[in-house]
Amino acid sequence: MAADGVEDLLRPLAPQVLGALVRRFGHFDACEDAVQEALLAAATQWPRDGRPERPKAWLITVASRRLVDRLRGDESRRRREDATAARVPSDALFSPAADDERAPAHDDTLTLLFLCCHPALTAPSQLALTLRAVGGLTTAEIASAFLVPEATMAQRISRAKARIRDAGSTFGPPPAAERAERLGVVLHVLYLVFNEGYTASSGPDLARADLTAEALRLTRLVHHLLPDDGEVAGLLALMLLTDARRPARTAADGSLVVLAEQDRTRWDRAAIDEGTALLATALGGDAPLGPYQVQAAIAAVHDEAADDASTDWAQVLALYGVLERLAPNPLVTLNRAVAAGVVHGPEAGLALLATVADDERLAGNHRVDAVRAHLLEQAGDLDGARAAYRQAARRTTSAPEQRHLEGRARRLT
Amino acid sequence: MKYMLMIYGNEDVWTSFEPEAMQKLVNETDALLRDLAESGELVGAYGVSDQVMAKQVHVTDGVPAVTDGPYIEAKEYLGSFTIVDCESLDRALEIAAANPASAFTQVEVRPLMHESASNP
Repeated sequence: MAADGVEDLLRPLAPQVLGALVRRFGHFDACEDAVQEALLAAATQWPRDGRPERPKAWLITVASRRLVDRLRGDESRRRREDATAARVPSDALFSPAADDERAPAHDDTLTLLFLCCHPALTAPSQLALTLRAVGGLTTAEIASAFLVPEATMAQRISRAKARIRDAGSTFGPPPAAERAERLGVVLHVLYLVFNEGYTASSGPDLARADLTAEALRLTRLVHHLLPDDGEVAGLLALMLLTDARRPARTAADGSLVVLAEQDRTRWDRAAIDEGTALLATALGGDAPLGPYQVQAAIAAVHDEAADDASTDWAQVLALYGVLERLAPNPLVTLNRAVAAGVVHGPEAGLALLATVADDERLAGNHRVDAVRAHLLEQAGDLDGARAAYRQAARRTTSAPEQRHLEGRARRLT
Repeated sequence: MKYMLMIYGNEDVWTSFEPEAMQKLVNETDALLRDLAESGELVGAYGVSDQVMAKQVHVTDGVPAVTDGPYIEAKEYLGSFTIVDCESLDRALEIAAANPASAFTQVEVRPLMHESASNP
């Protein structure tokens, strides 16, 4: 898309236009294609011919025609009418109520999110469809962000849409009984998009940083729609508090800098302040405590410490205990072992590690070896630490992390 | 997560097929690849040429030297590879098992490295 502000204008409109179309015509899959075509038409025509006075009405008009033509298979009419769409006053085409009412458009966006994060889809499909239908990204942009060929991504998206159609989903909010669970899936998908982008480091992956921004934008949107939901606020806070460290995560040569060694003056103070404020409001509200809020609280403890040594590790340890009770998971226990190592000494950390090291869900996971190495190093068992760092380096599939772990092992020789 | 599925074999393996059997193998492989393309999991699939086409490049003091080979006495060498982007290792192993070649030679499955850091 053109980088002259048109993109920024189009992305928030994408789900609103799609929502209006699906509401009117049904056929989520066909509507989604039509909206993509309208977005592309806008991205090429607006910079050249000027922006229409009412961009949303323009997009709805063009997308509707594309849809109707697609259903009728009338290609020639399509080209003729698109050229005139920008000149026709939108009031002549739609009553203002069709696209000016704020509430339905916003409800539509939420409904679209629920639809794109349909439980019948695999996680990669949920991510791809959410980014396209709600985020307004092109297939090419999504493909490049996930480092797969465009044809692969196009196929993934069309398969996802077919699955939703086959599942017989209608355009409407999920039943009340399923709502909390479905919102959980939506938040998880946004979290995955964020992580996918947050792991950006160098070279061909630079584009992936856009995914972080997109995840933040979409989570902000959901928070705006559901301001009283504690977990939505918690997830947004977690993203802000994590993303705040991004400037310090990479050294000048592109190598990885671990949390303990980051230059904290380079952290984004405004993002930390916003995240902490969001979290304080969420924790002070009536909504039940959830895992995202606890993870955000842990991130906040780190972000508020001037350096690693002054981190309130007792607080971190207690919060991991809370998280483990809310959402038991061996990876959480692994993190708790790191905190226990600082608070109660490396032996306590190793004892805790031993309780999950053989968990099937962690089989072959390099994090077990990395945590063991870290604790052994603190305990003074340098041979054991070196061997564990090497094992961790062999098991990770992340190249920067592998270089980092190998560096740790070498440093101990 | 991306995985590379590598099929190893040798002349004995490849020449042991009658033409019809070989065609059947090719067709079954094509069908599998079509399914993977349709599911949005296929990143790419390639056969590599015979060992006799292999070249080695080695640069000494800035001067590249190109030699033929290697004609190493390897029992088995890489014949083809497929890259998939799928949900889990289990799914990658399932795809490997669906490859008709897995019935007579082994398919090696390796996760692909990425330039991402998983450490916050």
